[in-house]
Amino acid sequence: MTNTLHRYGTAESFVDDYIVFSLPAKSKAAGQKGDALAAQKRFMELAAEYKPVSLGDALKGGVLRPTKSTSIFGHWGKRNKPSFKAVLDGMTKAGTMAAVFDNRAAAEAFVKRIKDEDLGLSVNISSSIENAKNCCKAAGIPRHSIAYSLGFEQVGDNVPSKQAVMLSTMCGHGMLSINFAQKMISFVRENRRSPDEAAHAMSRFCSCGIFNTTRARRILEEARIGVK
Amino acid sequence: MRINPKKCVACGNCTYVCPMGAIYIDPLLQRATINRDECVECYSCYNGLSKEVLPPATVRFVRRTLANFRVRFEPEPDVCPTTAFEPDELTWPRVVRRAFSDPRVPHESTGVSGRGTEEVKTNDVTGRVGIGEVGFTIELGRPGIGARFRDFQEMSRALAAAGVSFEKNNPISTLMTDTTTGDIRSDILNEKVMSAIIEIKVPVSRTEEIIRIIWEVEKRIPTQVVIGVGVRCDEEGEETVVAPILEKLGYNLRRAKTNIGLGRKEIRDLTKSAPQTEKKELVHA
Repeated sequence: MTNTLHRYGTAESFVDDYIVFSLPAKSKAAGQKGDALAAQKRFMELAAEYKPVSLGDALKGGVLRPTKSTSIFGHWGKRNKPSFKAVLDGMTKAGTMAAVFDNRAAAEAFVKRIKDEDLGLSVNISSSIENAKNCCKAAGIPRHSIAYSLGFEQVGDNVPSKQAVMLSTMCGHGMLSINFAQKMISFVRENRRSPDEAAHAMSRFCSCGIFNTTRARRILEEARIGVK
Repeated sequence: MRINPKKCVACGNCTYVCPMGAIYIDPLLQRATINRDECVECYSCYNGLSKEVLPPATVRFVRRTLANFRVRFEPEPDVCPTTAFEPDELTWPRVVRRAFSDPRVPHESTGVSGRGTEEVKTNDVTGRVGIGEVGFTIELGRPGIGARFRDFQEMSRALAAAGVSFEKNNPISTLMTDTTTGDIRSDILNEKVMSAIIEIKVPVSRTEEIIRIIWEVEKRIPTQVVIGVGVRCDEEGEETVVAPILEKLGYNLRRAKTNIGLGRKEIRDLTKSAPQTEKKELVHA
């Protein structure tokens, strides 16, 4: 699946966007052996030490999830806060486990640490080509394979509502609607919600937990003042 | 998916969160309504909206009263205030919509959640794409448009005519009745999904030819195409073969998924002692 690959934006717009994820090779033909879930728990515990923006379990969700009230007073209650613990405690099956970082230092240090841990899991970095190259260089590892994104065909760099497309494509499964992203931009422009609140509202729709709230806040701030 | 009309208060929140824009407030019914032909059963409304249990009759009364004063009842934008969404029992062929649209539902054929396979993400273990080969992922439907299986068939037929072989574990491949022609089973051709991926592998020498075929087909189908190109790096970790071909075709390569080659046939046994590592560097967050 290409859920982290095709994020809309220029290379510069990924300056604060590093997704480092691990996964086991599931096909029997690959013949991979060992306890993938235990290794992935270790991967995620280590990632948490480097203060990621989000941790995401593709089967269970990320650090911010939708809530369910059982009382009418829930309507006036406070919203939930990001929780690493919910992700770490909820891991019950090996799959795609991701850590989202918003700065180069943390991403590079984590990649180096994961290399030293030698867990045996496949690890990928989804970001700008340059960002990933820098992470590999810092860790002293040659890149094994690359999946280039050729971008959305016939969608240029300056489409109308491009910030809404940038926000929406941060959920590569398409769970975050462009209309909702546009609504959140409008709410921020009208000062009805802060960029932080709007980013959190959008993040709850990303079922893999790979939505980058730091990048979202920056995009919302730019949209607020009409940056094109 | 269905919306329970006894619970819906027509607040309109769900009309924004539907990725397909398939939910609207029916002016006669005064309830949120789903255009079932456009709905791809992604469950974004059901899974993504937080749920509250406000009493519907009271909320409707409050809404009507406030509206008289030009004041609006406004729940949080990512909330359904009355938990009005209820999943339908899906049957064939509609059930394929959910399999390709809700990322939490694994395909029975592959056991993998999502719309494609592991591609080059596990290439360090599987060796699926070797030196001199290119793995294409051709995704239709994103962002926010969706695609019908007849669109996928248009693409798969064109690729099959060029003599390429499809990745056999890919969910779209499993729905083909004939992989030599690219034909997809006829009973699902009108079914709409959020997106799905056709996967093929060809020699590097065919890279440009394949992209030109895709360009040709995308002119004929009413959806959006996004291409991923998976390649193996050389021993130094460089990739200087395919990137120049893509740049020559006008692509500005920016983003990629980079497999950093840490996968092994044997996952480390964590009951044994951890490798010695340097103390964690201090990082800012």
